[in-house]
This record gives sequence, structure tokens and C-alpha cells, in this order.
Amino acid sequence: MTPLDLLTSDVLRYPLMIAVLIGLTAPVVGTYLVQKKLSLLGDGLGHVALTGVAVGWLVGAWMAATPADLLAIPGALVASVIGALAIEWVREFGHTSRDVALAILFYGGIAGGVVIIQLAGGTSQNLMGYLFGSLSTVTRPDVVIAVVLAVVVLGIGLGLSGLLAAVTGDEDYARAAGLPVRTVNVLIAIMAALTVTLSMRIVGALMVSALMIVPVAAAQTVVVGFARTMRTAMAIAVVCALGGLLITVYVDLPPGGVIVLLTIGVYVLGLVTKAVTGRVRRKDPAATAAAAAPEHVGA
Amino acid sequence: MRPDTPHSPAPAQPGEPLIETRDLSVTLGATPVLHGVDLRIEAGEMVALLGANGSGKSTLLRAVLGVEPPTAGSARLFGEPARRGSAHDRLGYVPQDTPGAGSIPATARETVTSGLLCSHSWFPRRRDPRVMEALEAVGLADLADRPVPRMSGGQRRRVMIARALVRRPELLVLDEPFAGIDLATQDQVAALFRELAAEGTTMLVVLHETGALAGNLTRAVVLDHGRVVHDGPPELRPALDPGHDHALPAGHLDECLGQEIHPA
Repeated sequence: MTPLDLLTSDVLRYPLMIAVLIGLTAPVVGTYLVQKKLSLLGDGLGHVALTGVAVGWLVGAWMAATPADLLAIPGALVASVIGALAIEWVREFGHTSRDVALAILFYGGIAGGVVIIQLAGGTSQNLMGYLFGSLSTVTRPDVVIAVVLAVVVLGIGLGLSGLLAAVTGDEDYARAAGLPVRTVNVLIAIMAALTVTLSMRIVGALMVSALMIVPVAAAQTVVVGFARTMRTAMAIAVVCALGGLLITVYVDLPPGGVIVLLTIGVYVLGLVTKAVTGRVRRKDPAATAAAAAPEHVGA
Repeated sequence: MRPDTPHSPAPAQPGEPLIETRDLSVTLGATPVLHGVDLRIEAGEMVALLGANGSGKSTLLRAVLGVEPPTAGSARLFGEPARRGSAHDRLGYVPQDTPGAGSIPATARETVTSGLLCSHSWFPRRRDPRVMEALEAVGLADLADRPVPRMSGGQRRRVMIARALVRRPELLVLDEPFAGIDLATQDQVAALFRELAAEGTTMLVVLHETGALAGNLTRAVVLDHGRVVHDGPPELRPALDPGHDHALPAGHLDECLGQEIHPA
């Protein structure tokens, strides 16, 4: 099978479309989360989304829906949005520290998932596809949901990038400047929840957050500046998501794990390149002098 | 530099209060920091806010800007409650701490562009000419694309000043704008402030030493342990003599003021 055949094959067309959407959206949200030092939020929401999957399954069982997991993704969407709003509420008004609140979200999400799936007549095996990601579970309604979520996330994340970057970069200044700080924080939390829902089918709830955070870390090894970091992270994530998916076509491996390992590979490559070029520059006095003299830096 | 957006309200008239606090008290955690502060800054003034470390200067600024909620009393900006309203669009703020705390360093250009955002404008133009004008005004046009955390302390501070100036505010609120800046650059920035004052910009400046602005202040307000202990002409205070003041090491002025505040 050539890559061109893959694009036209029914089995892979949907996963490939979702992979591109994940690659575009996850780093946009990730850039804001990294800036807010909330890198683990996506992970917490991934766990909560599992409870949502199980609740969706339970409601589906009551309604005798076919297939049984018809409402799993809508359930994940609702649960992760509620989880995101809860974290934001704790962050602003709560007396619990943010990392403890996140930890409770992790444990509550996974515990809720395994208990409720059993109540729905399933087993924790039914959750495996959502935990680790899978290609075989992607359906046409999933693609429709993914497109809608991606349009919303990209619309907010790129359309309001100036405002979101200002608030996440310096919250005190943003308040003093009259910017809608609380609204922006809620928007970012909701964007994270939508991205988790959009990504969990393929990447899996346990690895969703990696695609938000690792491409941003990788981009930071090669470029500077907020907007350039975001654009580079998007490019890295799209290439890794597509590349990872194509690898799993030829080798029987879980797509989520392969995609995440690829992004980590890019990050390590970036780190090594940065270290090597740094050494070369230190050995080259002319380059060092140019770097030290601010007036030589072009505008 | 006057505000030039179509949404701008009529500029404040001389004598109109831009900042007004009445019996303002602020408690941070369990610690009372401000006790019944009355402060009125009118259009066209350049007022220095002085006091020792921990006297409540920065907290007063943050309360005036609506960042810190009052536990009692009120704070108003352009006649509106400080916690809300579009009054914030008419001011520029230079915080004491330069950011760079964020994990993804923004460039000077990006940071100054963020100063164009206000309650009615969430979409700054990427290449707005005002951004480079503001960077030129603080002498940093050459470093527009350098990440702010990779700059020296003085350069970072000038980026923050450019971010406040770029929106062409009627009121500038500056928290120790000269901290970490060398004397030559202090003079350059002070000249810029004088130019803005001549154009009618009102300024509230937290200072350790009146230094480069000594001859231009219309009033000095001195805080001690969260209370206003002097509000009047700066020249009435011997310790604020500009020639003498300029040569003082940091903190010396506060000691002088402290002695006068507590004659007993």
C-alpha cells in the first residue's frame, strides 16, 4: 500500500483527517498551557474524559443505543468541559492548591471511569481503546465532531491569540490593562477540554496531553518568540501525528504511543542540535562577539 | 501622545480626578497593608509616591488599578470603580516586576504589541507602526525581535515602559520605572516622561529616590506602614532636594524620610 492509497482507503481516511486536526489544535492549546505553567491540565482532563466515556456508555445502555459507545465521545466532551471549569474555579476561588486539585481530578477521573463502566454492563477492557487510542474505533460521526471541535479551538486559539498570549504571559498587567482575564482563563480551559475530546480516540486519554506539550517544548529548542513557537509546534505535531499514523499502517503498533514517541524524538533532536550549535558558537569568537553585542541584532 | 481610537472618551480636563481613593484599606492574606488611604490625582499632575520598602506603595498602585480588591473604602479610576469599566483603556501601567516568568519568552515586539489590547480592542495589528514608535522612544528599536527574558534588567524595564506608552495613555502609573536602569538611560527615560507630561499626560510614579524626575514633580505622597504621612509639594521635604537626592545610594532617602516621619 502506497501512502496515496492510504489517503483514499476508507479505513484510514478518517484517522488521518483526525490526526491532522489533532496536530493543528493540540499545540495551540499547549502553548497557552505551557505559558500558564499548567502543562498537566490536559492530562487531568484526559482522565476526567474517561469518566465521561463511561457515563456516555451507561446512558447509551439505558437508551439501548447501537453501537453501545454511541454517546461515549459526547460524554467525554461534557465531562472534560465540567472538569476544566472546576479546575479554573479552584484556581481562582478555591483554597486547595492547584496541583492537589489536578491530582484529585486524575484519580477521580480514572476511578469514576472504571466504576461507571462496570455499572453500564461493560468492563474496564472497554475503556482500553480510549486509554491508549486506537484506529479501529474511528467512525464518521467522530470525524464530524472532531472537525467542529477543531474549528472552535483554532478559531479561538488563533483568532484571539494576541489577547490569550497577553493574559497568559502577564496576568497582573492584563488585569490592570482592563483585559477580560477570567473569561480568557475559562476559554483556555474549555479549549483544552475540547482538544482532549478530539484527540482521545486516536492518541488515547493517557497520552493526549503529550501532543499539547511536547511539540511546544520541541519548538522552543529551535525558535524564540511566542507566535513562532506556536507555529513551529503546530508543524511538528502535524508531521509527527501523520508520520506516526503511517508507521502503524506498516508495523502493528499503537498509534498514540508511536506519535508521542516521535514528538519526543523531535524534542531530543532539537536539544542535541541546540547543544552542538551552542558549543560551535562558543568556539567561534566572531559568532560569540556578534551574539554579545545587542546593537548587532537586527530589528 | 493622545489616545486616538474612535472609542476614546473626551480627554480629562485639568482638575478632574483620574485617581481617587477614599478611606482605602487592603489586607493581603492576613496582613493589613493599607489603612484608610485617601489619594486624589488630578489630570495634568506628576505625583511621586514615596516610602520605605514594605510601606504599601505597590499595593496602593495595585488597588488603584483594580488588581487588588479593597477590604474597605473605595478606589476609582476616571470616576469609575477601579475593578471594572473601560477606564483601564485610558491608562498605561509599568509593573515593578518585569515579566519573563512565563515559560515561552515573548519578543520585545510581541510584548509591546500586547499593550495595544484593551477592553474594546482584542485584535492588535501584528505590524502596528505604534509598536516600533514606542520601542524607538525607549531606545530599543534595534532589539525588537529579542526575547524579553534575554535582555538586561534595564532593557526589560524599558520594554515594559514601551508597552505602557504604546496605547498613548492619558494616565501613566509607573512602579519604580528607574529600577535597574543606568544613569544615562534614566535621564533619557526621564526626558521622555517630561515630554509626555508637557503634552498633558498625568503620572503617578512610585520612586525610591526622586532622582531624575525631582524638578518635575507637582506633588509627593509619602506612605509609611500603609498610611499617608505626607501629601504636598515635594520641595517642602529637605530629603527630596534633587541635587542631593541624585547622588544618594538606594534606600538612603527612605532612611531620611523615615527619620522625619517618626520624629519621636
